[in-house]
Amino acid sequence: MIHPIELKNHQQEIYYFRLRLVLSLVFVLIMLLILLGRFFYLQWVRHDYFQTMAESNRIAVVPVVPNRGLIVDRNGIILARNYSAYTLEIATRKVENLAQTIAELSVIIDIQPKDLKRFRKLMAESRNLETLPIRNRLNDTEVARFAAQSYRFPGVEIKARLFREYPYGEGTSHLIGYIGRINEHDMQQLEENETASNYIGSDYIGKTGLEQSYEAELHGTTGFDQVEVDSGGRAVRALSRSAPQSGNTLVLTLDAKLQEIAEQAFGSFRGALVAIDPNNGDVLAFVSKPGYDPNLFVDGIDSENWEALNNSPDVPLNNRPLRGQYPLGSTIKPFMALTGLHYQSRDPSRTISDPGFFTLAGNAHHYRDWKKGGHGTVDMYKSIVISCDTYYYGLAVELGIDRMHDYLDLFGFGKKTGIDMEGESSGLLPSTAWKMKRHKQLWYAGDTVSAGIGQGYMLATPLQLAAATATLANDGHGYRPHFIKQIQRHNQNSPLFQPQANPVVPMLPQDIDLVKRAMEAVTQPGGTAASASAGAEYRLAGKTGTAQVVGMKQGESYDASKLSEYNRDHAWFLVFAPADKPRIAIAVLAENGGHGGSVAAPIARKVLDYYLLGKLPKPVSAPAATEPETDHD
Amino acid sequence: MIELIRNPVLHRRELLRRFTEHLDLVLLSAIGLLMMVSLFILYSATDGNWMRVFSQLINILAAFLALWVVANMPLHYLIRSAVPIYLLGMILLLGVALVGDISHGARRWLNIGIATIQPSELMKIAVPLMMAWYFEKHEATLTLKNYFIAALLLLMPVALIARQPDLGTALLISASGFYVLFLAGLSWRVMIGMAIAAAASAPFMWSMLHDYQRHRILMLFDPSQDALGKGYHTIQGMIAVGSGGLFGKGYLNGTQTHLDFLPERTTDFIFAVWSEEFGFTGNLILLAMYVFVIGRGFIITANASTYFTRLMAGSITLTFFTYAFVNMGMVSGILPVVGVPLPLVSYGGTSMLTLLLGFGMLMSIHTHKQLVKT
Repeated sequence: MIHPIELKNHQQEIYYFRLRLVLSLVFVLIMLLILLGRFFYLQWVRHDYFQTMAESNRIAVVPVVPNRGLIVDRNGIILARNYSAYTLEIATRKVENLAQTIAELSVIIDIQPKDLKRFRKLMAESRNLETLPIRNRLNDTEVARFAAQSYRFPGVEIKARLFREYPYGEGTSHLIGYIGRINEHDMQQLEENETASNYIGSDYIGKTGLEQSYEAELHGTTGFDQVEVDSGGRAVRALSRSAPQSGNTLVLTLDAKLQEIAEQAFGSFRGALVAIDPNNGDVLAFVSKPGYDPNLFVDGIDSENWEALNNSPDVPLNNRPLRGQYPLGSTIKPFMALTGLHYQSRDPSRTISDPGFFTLAGNAHHYRDWKKGGHGTVDMYKSIVISCDTYYYGLAVELGIDRMHDYLDLFGFGKKTGIDMEGESSGLLPSTAWKMKRHKQLWYAGDTVSAGIGQGYMLATPLQLAAATATLANDGHGYRPHFIKQIQRHNQNSPLFQPQANPVVPMLPQDIDLVKRAMEAVTQPGGTAASASAGAEYRLAGKTGTAQVVGMKQGESYDASKLSEYNRDHAWFLVFAPADKPRIAIAVLAENGGHGGSVAAPIARKVLDYYLLGKLPKPVSAPAATEPETDHD
Repeated sequence: MIELIRNPVLHRRELLRRFTEHLDLVLLSAIGLLMMVSLFILYSATDGNWMRVFSQLINILAAFLALWVVANMPLHYLIRSAVPIYLLGMILLLGVALVGDISHGARRWLNIGIATIQPSELMKIAVPLMMAWYFEKHEATLTLKNYFIAALLLLMPVALIARQPDLGTALLISASGFYVLFLAGLSWRVMIGMAIAAAASAPFMWSMLHDYQRHRILMLFDPSQDALGKGYHTIQGMIAVGSGGLFGKGYLNGTQTHLDFLPERTTDFIFAVWSEEFGFTGNLILLAMYVFVIGRGFIITANASTYFTRLMAGSITLTFFTYAFVNMGMVSGILPVVGVPLPLVSYGGTSMLTLLLGFGMLMSIHTHKQLVKT
């Protein structure tokens, strides 16, 4: 039996339930309509937008970095090359827990703290699609070990990359320079030159030396691959490609063997050597001692090595031939003699009597000759052979500083040689106008006196002196020094570099002949570099010089043993050979080496012997400062 | 019996009848269509990995076996099992909270020696079952207090699951419990009051959320803010759906899918794969299939004979709809990414099993009512 109220309740209950069910159905339908509306919005209204998003998602333009051009010497010996090595790289976007991944990686592959430091630095600077190297130059064992476990490391991969290498290392460090990672400053520079687009994907750029000067030639043209990529930025399939074009090969005027011999000839001395072919300005050797290992800089130098290089008292990072500015000392004398002859200020046969010092009228100050008691009767020829200071004190005063300036300027002193390397110093060739402008002071007669023997304000770089020597050797016909013999472009006839003549320095044949004869005598017994030509199968003409590092007071005499090493005089030697038909002109500077004849000249002689005769220097023949030498300058 | 054995044709027919006796063939065919979609699109989502497709087929078959068992179970078995299943679920949830395994930064799994299980999945069935049982028990004398107790039965497991943290599952179980309350006749005044209370407690709830959950909610409003981080899922999903257009890019041609842009494309984001390759048209077809399942669920619910079965059937149907809606809403960027699979389509054995258990109950409810009446 059924209770009537219960029955009513039951029906009412079903009624209410169905009402709620219908409400639920309405709710469901509304929600479905919302979904439909959303689909319609995304797939119809905004379809084009998302279509574009999807396209740009999957098609990436991936730059293909060109191989950097090689640098070879004039005989094809490689001075800078690329080699391929494996790097371990991480697509940071693909890796969820980077720290953990690196920790696990370091179990199977040696990852040093410095690698980590570099990696973090890269991460801070990186673009999104990049994979970043955490370890460079994996060896085969490491590659194999990783390959076996690579499944554990999604987003980590081994890549083959090209690295730069400098086989001559320290020996060509200041010449070739090095490449390094592109930094913000480089980027700015590239943007200014509107070449930034060619560097998309490039990690490296030339930082110093020829790597920097010829960056535009060496870099090559970046190619582009249109590829389908996955979200990790990994290429899945190539769609189209514009091939990269490798950088051009630089053929240098340099003779790598000569460079090596010159570098070794310095032994433990610091200094510089520049050898130039006087007939065209080819730079044959360009040594800066000490150098540094440019290979250290390629991956980014670590702080310890950097500190060591930067704080060394030997300043290995200083490009001495290019940027080092030194007093010329007595090496200026042949040029001074030519100046005197040019202005007909002195007849070459006119003699002076040298008491061992020079005085200006109305002044008691003694400008001393290097030789106590003097050289006696001295004409122009002898003044060069024995390097008589007193002769040139007088000559300078007769000429006056401005005439000296005007003529020496023609040899290229006091201005950049225009060599094809950045950062050249211009040296200093003083004049009255210069002193007024620079120091707001009048030029004093005393300034002229010391300028006569290459002291005082006048400064020159070893490169300038070498170029001036070449000009002198070539009877006033100078060429702008240059490093490049040829740039080998792809599938193109690459013309040889054309020598660029400087304005001719006017000089009479008999004048230059006299100076050259005197310079030849310098290298023979009786000259200041008496042993320089000993046993030579060719004739050489040179001039010694000593550049004071610290000034000496009146009445004081120079005693090397009393001075600390870094305060000793710099030794100069300039030379060209063969004297009658010069093929090479050299300027050598041995810092704190003392005397040009005993230290700098033997270095130059080894270079000459190899270049002119193909003769290799005897092993273990480093010059010693204490070598007995009867004459000095 | 002897006649059956002697007559093979009759024998086969009788076996088939007995096998399908408690299956609702209409519902089954609707489910079957979605499962075929699952295998079909999974092949594309896995880049043609037959092993994964086969493995999903195994999931389907195993889940179907569970469905058949439940569908053939008399209803009083189901009613009687409500309390033990719920208690077991609670114990397991407490176990997870105390000694659970941590995976992806959340404590959701419990290692029971032979396998790791996710008790929150069990609760998807156990909670509405328990609540329906409770209402059935107090059917005659329902007061507000009963609704309150039923709400507690819901909130206890939800709180534990939210703490794991598994916000998605917690919300879905809340929804399935709420459907029971709603269908059981919770008064409108209480519901409005609850809504106000919920709005008022929102700031407090916000402070209870984990950072990553907050992030996901914030990303919903502006996914581009963190295009490579948390917003990545949403953006890539929307790109996939939007770039599909009217007719899609074609089977196996979805670039978002095949170029590895879509995250979790075999599970939570499988709808994006479908949507990219078949476009708006494909979405309409898929929605129609879901409507088919849900519609059949409503009919079963409307015809259910007892209070318990009505509540249970209604909750199962509405929960199923909720899963589908939340997943598609999440992929198309109108809901936060909460980690809910697309029901019957996403790859995965657990969700498939839970869903088919539910459908098994629906079928049991539908096919056993005559027996109850007599």
